[in-house]
Amino acid sequence: MTDRKQRLLPAVQKPARYTGGEWGEVQKNKDEIHIRVAFCFPDTYEIGMSNLGMRILYGVMNNQPDVWCERVFAPWGDMEAALRREALPLWALESQDPVKDFDMIAFTIGYEMAYSNVLNMLDLAGVPLHASERTGLKNIVFAGGVCTFNPEPLADFVDFFSLGEGEESTVEILDVYRRAKAEDWTKEWFLREVAKVPGVYVPSLYTPVYEPDGRLKEIIRVEGAPEIVTKRIVENLDEAYFPTKMLVPSTEIVHDRANLELFRGCIRGCRFCQAGFSCRPVRRKSPEVLYRQATELLEHSGNNEITLSSLSTSDYKDLRELTDALIPYCEAHKFSMSVPSLRADNFSRELMERVQAVRKSGLTFAPEAGTQRLRDVINKNLQEEEILSTCAIAFAGGWSHVKLYFMLGLPTETDEDVLGIAELVYKIIQLWKENGVNRKRGLSIRLATAYFVPKPHTPFQWEQQITPQEYLRRCKLLKEHLYSKCVEYDYHSPDLSRLEAVFARGDRRLGPVIEEAVRSGARLDGWDEYFRYDLWQEAFAKCGVDPNFYTVRGYGEEELLPWDMMDVGVSKAFLLRERRRAYESRVTPDCRHGCAGCGANCLLKEAGCDD
Amino acid sequence: MTRLLFEKTGKAVWISHLDLMRLFQRAFQRAGLPLTHTHGFNPRPSVSIALPMSVGVESGCELLDFALDGAAVPCEEIRDRLNAALVSGVRILRVYEDGQKLKNLAWLDCCLTLEYDHGVPPEAAGRLRALFSRPSLPVQKKSKNGVTEQDIIPLLKRVELEQAEENTLTLLARVRCQNPALNPMQLLAAVDRYQPELSPDFCRCRRVEVYDENGNVFR
Ligand code: SF4
Ligand code: SF4
Repeated sequence: MTDRKQRLLPAVQKPARYTGGEWGEVQKNKDEIHIRVAFCFPDTYEIGMSNLGMRILYGVMNNQPDVWCERVFAPWGDMEAALRREALPLWALESQDPVKDFDMIAFTIGYEMAYSNVLNMLDLAGVPLHASERTGLKNIVFAGGVCTFNPEPLADFVDFFSLGEGEESTVEILDVYRRAKAEDWTKEWFLREVAKVPGVYVPSLYTPVYEPDGRLKEIIRVEGAPEIVTKRIVENLDEAYFPTKMLVPSTEIVHDRANLELFRGCIRGCRFCQAGFSCRPVRRKSPEVLYRQATELLEHSGNNEITLSSLSTSDYKDLRELTDALIPYCEAHKFSMSVPSLRADNFSRELMERVQAVRKSGLTFAPEAGTQRLRDVINKNLQEEEILSTCAIAFAGGWSHVKLYFMLGLPTETDEDVLGIAELVYKIIQLWKENGVNRKRGLSIRLATAYFVPKPHTPFQWEQQITPQEYLRRCKLLKEHLYSKCVEYDYHSPDLSRLEAVFARGDRRLGPVIEEAVRSGARLDGWDEYFRYDLWQEAFAKCGVDPNFYTVRGYGEEELLPWDMMDVGVSKAFLLRERRRAYESRVTPDCRHGCAGCGANCLLKEAGCDD
Repeated sequence: MTRLLFEKTGKAVWISHLDLMRLFQRAFQRAGLPLTHTHGFNPRPSVSIALPMSVGVESGCELLDFALDGAAVPCEEIRDRLNAALVSGVRILRVYEDGQKLKNLAWLDCCLTLEYDHGVPPEAAGRLRALFSRPSLPVQKKSKNGVTEQDIIPLLKRVELEQAEENTLTLLARVRCQNPALNPMQLLAAVDRYQPELSPDFCRCRRVEVYDENGNVFR
């Protein structure tokens, strides 16, 4: 007879995402395993399997002979309904065993709006949500990923956080757990010990105290708990573990190709960008190592496409050397190569012409702001000239699609800046008229604006978010000034970005709000078909939490910030300095044109930044 | 064009037709067996599966046509190298240097396993035999153009029923598989419609063998 789990599969969409059994999946003999880790990604299989960080840590954990790390993803709504109807607990893909049977439950969280999925997955697994309700060594829940640079909103639910890159720290964490299990420690003892691993933050060792007006007053530490938790980095990426024997999904995922990371960090300091600051300093892989890894990836996986990924690929020092070697290899094997996040510089233009996959996707620019003044405020070093000359060349070369990304609500933004976007679009249309060769197909410009979300560990971490009404007014203003039919402008509703802003700079008082929202049905918030703003609004009201406190209020420079204890390497003094320069419209050169003294070099022991 | 016979079982039954093609393209590449590519703006490795299969269906008789680029490789070697590069549940049984024309593929033997959690209802086999002996048996068919009625009897050659265990009944049927094809799950739809009290709690489907118009095994 077919078991109950299998019986759910015919009725759900894309059942292969719940079965495991893919090429490169790790199977182990349970009898030889001391630590079983359920590695949860708080979004669907298609998104999670596209995440390089998860693939790396999956390999790191499974490289330990007595550890078996398995994957778990958030089920789609139809599967969730089936699980609840049949009272079946969420299972891990490899063994198909229930998550609640695992020793450790790990999450990687890259997006605030996945918080509801974290709780919902624990709930579907039948694991108590609150860390305090899980009393033993079983079901220790820990989390990593960029969101943990301000982990406070999840402090009630997660036993500990692992800050920064996990290649080394995860092994150290597993060592502590191994000892704990062998010596039968209490959970409290384990948490005290794991807090000694650099980069680990155990929220239960800290208690926040608030002022009557709601601001954070102080954080009381248990004796012995670290005062500051500094994120971990891998210093030498050439020697770091990288999974060239990649797991190849049997069903299509979002990024269904081999993915090679050229370097970590970013030399640019766009002042709104959390990744730009929190992933510092720049560390790169050598082109020899990259070439070897690329060929291994393609040969082991059977993929016929590879992406060279990084925060800003054009800034990879040896891009020419690498692509000179890789392009002929790919051509010989009929592989295609894609290079996202290219800047509008000369070499990138040349590369665009040589790389077929880029051609297909069209031109993408993220000027973020409409005027040079505002681009200087945000330190986005992209000149109008570069955009226009790249467009001119591309139009002459037969391209006809342009995507443009902007933000609305940036600090100091005025209507003039908003209208600057329309002007830039107009100039691009003029250029098309002069240079476009592919007249029949016509020009198509896709314009998108995002509602600016101030993020922790950036020079804008103190800023006010504009109100949703004001955001919509600016969207409409812009829309009224776009006259051409070839421009497609979609602006998203501000609801999601408002919540993202709340949680990005949130504190522990948001825990009950998340729990309440999830209890009333919030999950898969990143998906339009499931996002329910009303549930969140009700949850805030019920818990007596005012979202405006975290968004339009803004934070004082003297105020103790919920994430002040987390050190990403960049000093607060530097962020303040950058904030001042922003208000003076003064740009700060990128790391390659001079060190701005952010402090992140202190994370490196052997080399300097970007060596 | 070379042809291979493969089976699809276990977890692999949940892989969709399109995904299975991609899986094979990658397996060929992993096995160091480069495929020829289609021409055009976006060249794709050329593999094609004779009879697209619904998700969830098991099979022991799938045919896949492919063309290798470069020097000829012996059939057994292709089989072994591919099997080493495939996920569990997808297994090559045999590789043929050539094959009959696909348009001659006509009949498919399939086996439905009807699972009854509380035991097979009394007389079920006999009643189902009678059902499938009716002169006509229209069931609803969902297609791109909406729902239509399809009479399954002209597309059915033979139905055998057997009670294998206390809780399961197996239904072996030979159905037309091309021009037009009958999805074997339509037999279950007929049960649901005309004998709802015999509807099983779950039904598994397996493709067993394919034949030409004259009932000879098709390869
Ligand atoms: S270039 Fe700017 S926006 Fe892009 S990752 Fe670097 S700092 Fe962030
Ligand atoms: S220390 Fe200097 S070079 Fe290094 S990341 Fe900071 S600003 Fe850039």
